[in-house]
Amino acid sequence: MTEPIVNDLTIQAATVNGSGSQTANLVLTRAIFHMGIPVAPKNVFPSNIEGLPTWYQLRITPEGHMARSDKVDILIAFNVATWREDLKSVRPGGVVIHEEAFSTADVRTDVTYYPVPFSKLAKSKIQNDTLRKQLANMIYVGVVAGLLGIPWGAVEHGVKRQFLAKPKAVPVNLDAIKLGYDYWQDNFSKQDPYRLEPMTGAVEGKVLVEGNQAAALGALMGGVTVVAWYPITPSSSLCEYLIAYSDRFRLDEKTSEKNISVVQAEDELAAVGMAIGAGWAGARAMTSTSGPGISLMAEFSGLAYYAEVPVVIFDIQRIGPSTGLPTRTSQADIGFVYTLSHGDTKHLVLLPGTVEECYEFARDAFDHADRFQTPVFILSDLDLGMNLWMTPEFKYPDKKFDRGKVLSKQDLEKLAGEWGRYRDVDGDGVTYRTLPGTDHPAAGYFTRGSGHDEQARYTEGADAYARNMDRLAHKLETARHALPAPVVEESGSPIGLIAFGSTHSAVIEAREMLAAAGKKVDYLRVRALPLADEVARFVARHERVYVIEQNRDGQLYDLVRLALPAELVERVRSIRHYNGQPIPAIAITGPLMDREAVPA
Amino acid sequence: MSATVNRVGLPRDAYKGAATTLCAGCGHNSITNHMIKALYELGVEPHLLAKMSGIGCSSKTPAYFVETAHGFNGVHGRMPALTTGAHLANRQLIMLGVSGDGDTASIGLGQFMHMIRRNVDCTYIIEDNGTYGLTKGQFSATADLGSVQKKGAVNTFQPIDPCAVALALGCSFVARSFSGDGKQVVPLIKAAIAHRGTAILDIISPCVTFNDHDGSTKSYSWVKDHEESIADVSFIPFFEEVHVDWT
Repeated sequence: MTEPIVNDLTIQAATVNGSGSQTANLVLTRAIFHMGIPVAPKNVFPSNIEGLPTWYQLRITPEGHMARSDKVDILIAFNVATWREDLKSVRPGGVVIHEEAFSTADVRTDVTYYPVPFSKLAKSKIQNDTLRKQLANMIYVGVVAGLLGIPWGAVEHGVKRQFLAKPKAVPVNLDAIKLGYDYWQDNFSKQDPYRLEPMTGAVEGKVLVEGNQAAALGALMGGVTVVAWYPITPSSSLCEYLIAYSDRFRLDEKTSEKNISVVQAEDELAAVGMAIGAGWAGARAMTSTSGPGISLMAEFSGLAYYAEVPVVIFDIQRIGPSTGLPTRTSQADIGFVYTLSHGDTKHLVLLPGTVEECYEFARDAFDHADRFQTPVFILSDLDLGMNLWMTPEFKYPDKKFDRGKVLSKQDLEKLAGEWGRYRDVDGDGVTYRTLPGTDHPAAGYFTRGSGHDEQARYTEGADAYARNMDRLAHKLETARHALPAPVVEESGSPIGLIAFGSTHSAVIEAREMLAAAGKKVDYLRVRALPLADEVARFVARHERVYVIEQNRDGQLYDLVRLALPAELVERVRSIRHYNGQPIPAIAITGPLMDREAVPA
Repeated sequence: MSATVNRVGLPRDAYKGAATTLCAGCGHNSITNHMIKALYELGVEPHLLAKMSGIGCSSKTPAYFVETAHGFNGVHGRMPALTTGAHLANRQLIMLGVSGDGDTASIGLGQFMHMIRRNVDCTYIIEDNGTYGLTKGQFSATADLGSVQKKGAVNTFQPIDPCAVALALGCSFVARSFSGDGKQVVPLIKAAIAHRGTAILDIISPCVTFNDHDGSTKSYSWVKDHEESIADVSFIPFFEEVHVDWT
């Protein structure tokens, strides 16, 4: 047997969706995390409820790499329909745990096989007819635990944590896992190099959280009180988490009634419309959607931009165009969302690159929206939103809400009622508003998506129109400086990388790989649109800059070049990954090394 | 001599708005006046009123009454969404939506129905003239089968009747009236505002420019010829004593 490989492996479970496999995978993930070992799970699932192939990749590295791995060390083959294809994904020397009944005629010989009679075990040993199908998946958790040496205590923890709300389910699941655990002990001897050993110092203070869950918490901390949404993958879980959290944390102490309104709207048009109506009336309001929904929200987004109504809109990106691949990840909405709606519309867009930023940006988005009286978009994606990520625990906010420029009754009295809704008295492009219900005769004004002057009166006047549009541009420029600045990591390399969002995890790993190969590269991570000035300065400091993103057309690449003076434009190159799978590090290092090998 | 004031101490003029920009004789202007009368007599506090609308001639009218109240002229057919959101944000507000037949029965039919389904506390007035006035006279979805456009085209489709739709959805307040019948419209507006839940008021409101000719079923003469008042409508708000004349 070769040298042992400890805590550095990728498990891929190939199962059938709707069979309970996701629960088994999560138990396994939590058990390994409990050993102090960093985990990075990625769920690749179909747009379907039951019966189609689904894959769960659990990457384990001592360094805590979070990007998808392009190699499989241990395959759990549970789906006969994909068995032959799945087998091809395993690296030479890898391990295959498979249902004993699968045909093994002419299979490859460079991997180790552990055939397990999962069906027979389930039939003969699991008495509960209704739960048998679900519990059958738990058997492979036991086999893997035996194979890799996961202590039984960690397995128990994984099950208890997974069934926190259903403690009754713990014993029956543990029994099923024990079947696999015992089967391993009784029937196999270890013939492969893979092992797991408890670690210290790698995961302390960290939790496993989905990006949508983090964003829901952030929105709650941001003081959201009106949420309107329409179900769509991969965004739905954000509002579902929000509902679950508000059931616990947003109850009035005296009446026990919820002090937050959540509406499942009839479509995305209504969802964003309700949020804008609520934002206009003074609430902190939001909606959450994905591709097709964001297309439907275009018209209302223009209204909120032009009439200057605060609202927060989450876009958890999936693959388009059109319905696209509803359960696959993408970063292809960035160009569209930035200028969503007709006319000269431009929006503030936050680009979280970690689950911690999903939390923080969601929270701060409400301040930005109130401060600048405009829609704030948060662009996440399926990978970030729906997968579990290891993250430092979130901090409780230590600052007060910034409700922006709102005139109260007392303010209006002091001004003797002299004010104009769209008058730029401070010279920053941001004007004052009043909220409906303000008890002063000068408070009321007429909000409209049609042409208006400083006093919010209807006008088709050429000068008034241009003046207002110039002020809106000025307001966006003011806002640009208040948005999260780019994160720059630099050590004087002639090569720079630019990326945003969930691509971040692959960039971290790619930079380590490149550094190990003697090629250090610098990195700027964009965290908001409009782009900060630092982006152009970063390009100016580097000879060659690669913009890395998960879309076909290089949308951020285009935005970066537009922000540059002409002499810098040619320094920028584009690396794109767009097959719906989260970008692995190799999709950066490969093209980069190829391009670097060729003189420009 | 002090001017006559209502129960919140405001004169009738406090309920006026900007000058109308609609055509002279437009039914919508009459409705605006009925609205001013109803809101004044009810003693609605302007700062608690939220005037909501979509797009079209009808949707301009919230600018023409209660100038000191907040108003929101949104996007076409989506007034119900804005209204629902604003209501959720501040339950003290009196939500008053003004829409048209195109805004309600065509582009906004879905939101109209879902607002009724949710029974959002608001008054929803349809200024119904059977035509698209602002785009110069195309049929709307409430135009009757066989009615004739100004240029002679005949409508070959069944109309959508907003009241029938509302009733089918179990709306708790549905009424139809005529812009020229202030005696009926004013108490209906008051009752609709007092109603807790969605109140639908479909007011036939002739378009003098594009739909007031022979062959139209939404013209002044057609409506006057066919109007049948099925009830003597009056509304007594909670703050008024009931007077009965026994003679």
